[in-house]
Amino acid sequence: MKLLRAVELSKRFDGQHVVRGISFDLEAGEILAIIGPSGSGKTTTLRLIAGFERPDHGEVWFEARKLSGPGRHVPPESRGIGFVFQDYALFPHLTVLGNVTFGLKGLSARERRRRAEEVLDLVGLTLFARRYPHELSGGQQQRVALARALAPKPKLILLDEPFSSLDAGLRESTREEVRSILKQTGTGAIMVTHDQEEALSFADRIAVIREGRLEQVGRPEEVYHHPATPFVARFLGNTNLVRGLAHGRFADTPLGTLPLDKEAWGHVLLSLRPEHLELLPPDSRGLKGQIVKRSFKGHDLTFKVRTEHGTYRVQTGYRAPWQVGESVVIRVREVAVVLGEKLDESGSAEIPVEAGPPTHREG
Amino acid sequence: MMRRPPFYLLLPGFITLAAVGLPLLYLVLRALEIDPETLTDVVFRPRNLELLASTLKLTASVLILSLLLAFPLAWLTTRTDLPASRLASLIGVLPLAVPSYVTAYALLSLGGPYGLAAKVFGITLPHLSGYVGALVALSLYTYPYFYMNLRSAFLRLDPALEEAARVLGHAPTSVFIRVVLPQLAPAVMAGGLIVALHVFGDFGVVSLMRYPTFSYAIYLQYSTAYDRVGAAWLALWLLALTSVVLFLEAKATRLAIARTQKRPPAKLRLGRLRPIAQGYVTGLFLFSIGLPLSVLLYWARAGFARIDRGDLLEALARSAFASAPAAFFALALALPLAYLGVRYARGAARTLERAAYLGYAIPPLVLALALIFFTLKAVPWLYQTIFLLIYAYTFHFLAEALSPLRGTLSQIPVAIEEAARALGTRTYAVFTRILLPLLWPGLASGGILVFLSAMKELPLTLLLAPIGYDTLAINVWSYTQEAMFAEAAPYALVLLASGAIFAGMLLAWEGSAK
Repeated sequence: MKLLRAVELSKRFDGQHVVRGISFDLEAGEILAIIGPSGSGKTTTLRLIAGFERPDHGEVWFEARKLSGPGRHVPPESRGIGFVFQDYALFPHLTVLGNVTFGLKGLSARERRRRAEEVLDLVGLTLFARRYPHELSGGQQQRVALARALAPKPKLILLDEPFSSLDAGLRESTREEVRSILKQTGTGAIMVTHDQEEALSFADRIAVIREGRLEQVGRPEEVYHHPATPFVARFLGNTNLVRGLAHGRFADTPLGTLPLDKEAWGHVLLSLRPEHLELLPPDSRGLKGQIVKRSFKGHDLTFKVRTEHGTYRVQTGYRAPWQVGESVVIRVREVAVVLGEKLDESGSAEIPVEAGPPTHREG
Repeated sequence: MMRRPPFYLLLPGFITLAAVGLPLLYLVLRALEIDPETLTDVVFRPRNLELLASTLKLTASVLILSLLLAFPLAWLTTRTDLPASRLASLIGVLPLAVPSYVTAYALLSLGGPYGLAAKVFGITLPHLSGYVGALVALSLYTYPYFYMNLRSAFLRLDPALEEAARVLGHAPTSVFIRVVLPQLAPAVMAGGLIVALHVFGDFGVVSLMRYPTFSYAIYLQYSTAYDRVGAAWLALWLLALTSVVLFLEAKATRLAIARTQKRPPAKLRLGRLRPIAQGYVTGLFLFSIGLPLSVLLYWARAGFARIDRGDLLEALARSAFASAPAAFFALALALPLAYLGVRYARGAARTLERAAYLGYAIPPLVLALALIFFTLKAVPWLYQTIFLLIYAYTFHFLAEALSPLRGTLSQIPVAIEEAARALGTRTYAVFTRILLPLLWPGLASGGILVFLSAMKELPLTLLLAPIGYDTLAINVWSYTQEAMFAEAAPYALVLLASGAIFAGMLLAWEGSAK
């Protein structure tokens, strides 16, 4: 049996559709990341599952129990689902211990105490039990929030942008820690984020959401390497969108005839990640162009290359010798990903490379 | 590393400290002039314990009643879909414009065989006076202090905290008790402190209702029994009581205030309870504003015929003539104090800024007595002059000028001043060209607040004004003392009208500024 099933969830606020017919499910112990730009309805989806909002249409099932649906709305306190808030929402008038025991019911004082110490030990905060939230650092507050949500042993935890208040250095280590705790306790989790790197590294599966609709669900590698739509391709990292004429497993493009990831016919839009392209000396075979921009990022180099068929973004190793103004040839190293078929023949072949994901824009 | 504040910023703090501290010293000196043999008699006589008990009884019951009046209103206007909630929240603030002795006047003139109820409706209501009368009049005046604090606390609550409690398995009632109420505690404490200070300091209501508290006893001892040493000791008693309350409030653990919320909380649908809620709000309006106003209007018809217009205008002029300079001086002192408190927010600078609240916390009758002893001994030429009255108003109401200025100033980033400096502007020019224009809203509301408070002020005026300098407030009080309700009404109406005009100006002006 699935741990959670969301079926055709829809929600409107003031007549505006925020969530439109979202369906997905979750296995026991699985971690799903819902990712999308701000205002895409991801937090609302989470709040529908928690029971803070009632769906206008659709159902939420938790194992064999219907939580939301026509004529039924189980209040949040009776759902048995944990929630970690963006700003943690720790009770300022209670100590760490008071916060963690807050959700423990039907236990003796001693058992509650023991359970609280158990989860505080899990997050490594045993020594801070008597402190108040404002006496803790951001990372510690984060872990208290997690301990508080884990204490009643929920099978599912919802995390709303849980790492966004942490500074960059702390974010990565906390993320790994939280993931290992969730895996260790076998707790299923749904995390909402707008950070694609966070989603890719944290989740077992990713659900990309846009304007209240689910665009694609799948394993991180699958979604990254085989995006289903141009939006997904651009939202999860930079990409070059290229038009081509497909005939089976190949397509004719400005970059030459390229192998495709799947069979397609007619006008298609293809995605080529910058790291799937390489630069060669100008006398090589391939699409000729001129370097217009060179960005050094330490571990690699990104070039913008202008050709007669538009500008391309190419990522190379840190030793690439090219400078701005030099002539080069672009060559494709991987199969191209088909994003859509039967495109309108009109429209420019020049795909703006600037149209990367909103959170990963370069100056 | 923060700079040390320059001397000219510290000076107003020292002036304030001396202006309030020195008279208190003279109060103590005067009290010590007591004949050692009668010391225990005067200081520890049973009468003082009775006064302590009755003062505490009134304070405790006013605290409870005004909290009970304010809490539902604050909750209804912030957390439910109560219709016209902006209007309802006005009802939470407006009673402050009606001086408490005017409410007392309305209550007094209602009952009894010659009361308003008997004249208009032919029913003789019981004469409302003493403990119950004082309790009702003071609660109807003070509940806004609870309301304002509770309202902003409700608005500041992070809805995520309540949601967090819900997902942890707590039903709405349990969430309210275990999460919402504890977070409102600081607001209740802050409101309660002001209400308690007000009851300690109140003279108008308790004297009209003839309910014995320290303030009333001090006045009787001083002006009826001409026993200055006895009055001084009573004042010290009241001062000690005030200090205990201030100390307890400061000791109470303060919670870190939860961060300001991003989402507005969900509004509860009142549904069938809506008529009850509306009835409650309407009732509150009728008692706190409607009643005094309609009673005044009723008596004013006869009153305007009986009094001399010239006297009325003269009283208005006297009130304004003493209040306006006080507002000016209070602003002049508050401006550097606010700057000191906001920009050098620590250590001695912060303490010095706190000095401004000293004059506010001291019950007005105690301050008045201290000023009398001080002027008689040290500066006799000041005694019984309008300057002494202005002095008292300035330092008693300084805190009211300070709060809005602090608020406005803390919203102006230091970077703006630094930018002006970096562009080559001198300190003085930064002040006149940058700070003053930006501080206008704070200056205006601070000045108007002090002006209105001084216009309404009774005990300070009664003891310190030159003989024959009868202001509006004094006229209202003394006519009411003698049950001449009709004669009191025009003075009270003019007082209310001037308050309404200035408050309206302030509101309209704040509205257009946003």
